[in-house]
Amino acid sequence: MSFLAARRRSPLALLVLILLGLAFTGTAYAALQPTASPGTSSASASADEIAEGRELFLGNCATCHGANGEGNGNDGPSLHGVGAASVDFQVATGRMPLPAPGVQAERNISQVKFSEEQIEALAAYVDSLAPGPDVPEEQWLDYAEGDVDNGGAVYRTNCAMCHNSSGTGGALTRGKYAPTLMGVDEQHIYEAMLTGPQSMPVFNDQNITPEEKRDVIAFLKSIEEGGNDHGGHTLGSFGPAGDALFAWTLGVLAFIAAAVWLGRKAA
Amino acid sequence: MTTHVPQGADHLRSDDTGPERPVSQTDQSSPDAKFPGALVWADERVGAAKGLRFALKKVFPDHWSFLLGEIAMYSMIIALITGTFLTLWFVPSMGHVTYDGAYVPLKGVGMSEAYASTLDISFEVKGGLLIRQLHHWSALFFIVGIALHAARVFFTGAFRKPREINWVIGVVLSLLAAIEGFAGYSLPDDLLSGTGIRAMNGFMMSAPVIGTWMTFFVFGGEFPGESIIPRLYIAHVLLLPAIIVGLFVLHLALVVIHKHTQYPGPGRTNDNVVGFPIMPVYAAKAGGFFFVVFGITALVSALVQINGVWVYGPYDPTQVTAGSQPDFYMWFSDGALRLLPGWLEFTLFDTVWSFNIFLGSLVLLPLVWMVLGAYPFIEAWITGDKREHHILQRPRNAPTRTAIGLAAISMYLVLALACVNDILAIKLGLSINDLTILFRTLFFVLPVLVFFMAKRVCLSLQRHDRERVLHGNETGRIVRTPEGRFFESHEPLDEYERWALVDYETPTPTGLTQGPEVDRRGVARRRSPLSGLRDRLSSFFYTDTVSAVTPAELAAAHHHGEHDALEEASSPQLGVPVNDSIGDDDFSDPHGSAVHAPPRHH
Repeated sequence: MSFLAARRRSPLALLVLILLGLAFTGTAYAALQPTASPGTSSASASADEIAEGRELFLGNCATCHGANGEGNGNDGPSLHGVGAASVDFQVATGRMPLPAPGVQAERNISQVKFSEEQIEALAAYVDSLAPGPDVPEEQWLDYAEGDVDNGGAVYRTNCAMCHNSSGTGGALTRGKYAPTLMGVDEQHIYEAMLTGPQSMPVFNDQNITPEEKRDVIAFLKSIEEGGNDHGGHTLGSFGPAGDALFAWTLGVLAFIAAAVWLGRKAA
Repeated sequence: MTTHVPQGADHLRSDDTGPERPVSQTDQSSPDAKFPGALVWADERVGAAKGLRFALKKVFPDHWSFLLGEIAMYSMIIALITGTFLTLWFVPSMGHVTYDGAYVPLKGVGMSEAYASTLDISFEVKGGLLIRQLHHWSALFFIVGIALHAARVFFTGAFRKPREINWVIGVVLSLLAAIEGFAGYSLPDDLLSGTGIRAMNGFMMSAPVIGTWMTFFVFGGEFPGESIIPRLYIAHVLLLPAIIVGLFVLHLALVVIHKHTQYPGPGRTNDNVVGFPIMPVYAAKAGGFFFVVFGITALVSALVQINGVWVYGPYDPTQVTAGSQPDFYMWFSDGALRLLPGWLEFTLFDTVWSFNIFLGSLVLLPLVWMVLGAYPFIEAWITGDKREHHILQRPRNAPTRTAIGLAAISMYLVLALACVNDILAIKLGLSINDLTILFRTLFFVLPVLVFFMAKRVCLSLQRHDRERVLHGNETGRIVRTPEGRFFESHEPLDEYERWALVDYETPTPTGLTQGPEVDRRGVARRRSPLSGLRDRLSSFFYTDTVSAVTPAELAAAHHHGEHDALEEASSPQLGVPVNDSIGDDDFSDPHGSAVHAPPRHH
């Protein structure tokens, strides 16, 4: 102890403390970071792009999903019957090919690896293995035709419990999460409902009709376009947590600063 | 009873502060009287002069921390005013309507009249949204103010005799404020508030044996029924505000009766109050502070959205939204529910016993406030201190209490943060399961860590104070003597500054004050069954206390000027009452004859 005590004024002490602090913070973060097995994935069907698709598939997907998309245990699910909608959703949002194993594949729109044609070819190949849901028709993506208030009702019944009533996302178990729906392309919203990627349930056309899916998209786009932004800054639309954070930081600082100022002021 | 230290422009008003002003003897109805006619009129009918004189001569000490309670008071007033405005449009009914108002995304949606009228207030009543946000923000700031004020009172020991009852009243007020807040945010009947009512419904049902009957009584039948909103409404706008305002008046009346506490300082004793009278200084300050608080609240309400009810949609028992949290003052209870393990629910005698919910709600909620309310009595029993205290303690000078308070706050914070575990999980990219394990561990470990850390910090600060009193402030100037020795020169504290550092007492554990167990004649001291426990707690409370510098120690430090002599004199001794005569010794007269020679460090 006296060895340490004698050196506590040393200029190196500060450096050592900072290093220890950084090391412990980093280690604690690494220890707490969720490390579960990778999530799930997808596919679809079409024409003679199949050959091109097969080439792309063997080069980029087969490592995990198997040479014929039959899957490989925990490393990659079978893609038989996942459909073109699923392939388009996973690949065009940058989730697949998975850059690194994680709790779930993250949307990464700036890292989409393939062109639209290539994605279509991939989808055609995967769909050729065993057919599944196709990418949505244009008419169901034209959300200007959608009914916002019905979309809100459908959304609150089916989606809000995970994605939050304002579409900002929410937590699931073991580090998984329902991502934010703000800024997501309408085609991808539709495909997610249709194919139920990762932890999401499938909402097929019997659960939620194509019209209702379009309504949900219209509802989400109305939020995105500022339909809820009344009364000032929304603090991230996370409900009372944001309000509390504001009240206990900026709010409380403003009040205490005023009190200190007034308490100091000589009469 | 009151004293003034001449300060600032005080001399300008020196004639205001005389003990008896001759003008009060004059004939106030004579044409010469300088009083406004209305005052004279009031005095002749209700004797207003006497009361006014008493009130206007009240002296309040100046310190920023004394204004924290006022944040709560003014926020409450803002909430009362804005709430009155809201009642003019709000319809407290669960009657079903189809919305046809200005907010397009909900047009044609079925909802209750309560929710529809809240939307109308937000989108159609002029200024309605601003007033709604003012109401909600001021309600949050009300509770923030209460928490800050309670912390100030706790950590400075202002709850000690004779103010225990006022502490209890304050604790009841904070409980009522939380219930009032809950009732308030439940009224709009949106998806979030309905989820909150559903949680309350579950809390009540978890009560063993009577749970189901209790819920049916409160809800007038099966959940949600049609009664809960009107019932919460009358509690929110009439019952609770009436009790809160009544208790608040009592709270203030007791402050006036007890007189305000003050921090230690020159000229401040247990028998006086040093500060400014209400008129004109304090009235200007306090009145001004109202507008500052109102201004900040209005600014926040104008710029930051709070509880945008349109975001959630109408309440429907089949729906729920991610990120459903109550307002922050209910977090600790909700957080406890998220931490309690599921196996606490079991079936026995053909009945389900939901202790996983019961413990975190119906047990925890009253328990927190009961412990808060009981604390002054527990501390007084442990310390055996039955004297009146009007001088506050600096938190460091009550290390064990400060440590207990901070440990309790850390425990509370762990529970509160557990309530936002889902938000923390997504915002920090962590797993909600890991967070739950972390919070469960922290709930038990953190208070212990915080206790010891806080206590060590307090003791170190006390030692630092002793150091400053005995040696003065470090100047950073290194002096070299002709013999080649180096030392840092210290600047002596002035007497005003020193006063605040030495004006505290170091109590003795009860076990050491009562003499031996068996006296000289062999008669055992009579002991109550709990006195052993009490002695142990008392020595726990006062272990390691650092006593204030005594005049003798100071004199030794100054006159000998030698560090070794100093060390001897200044080593703190447990259990020796050192500062009893603080009022009669050298420190007592900051203006008068200088008694201490300046320290001579060569």
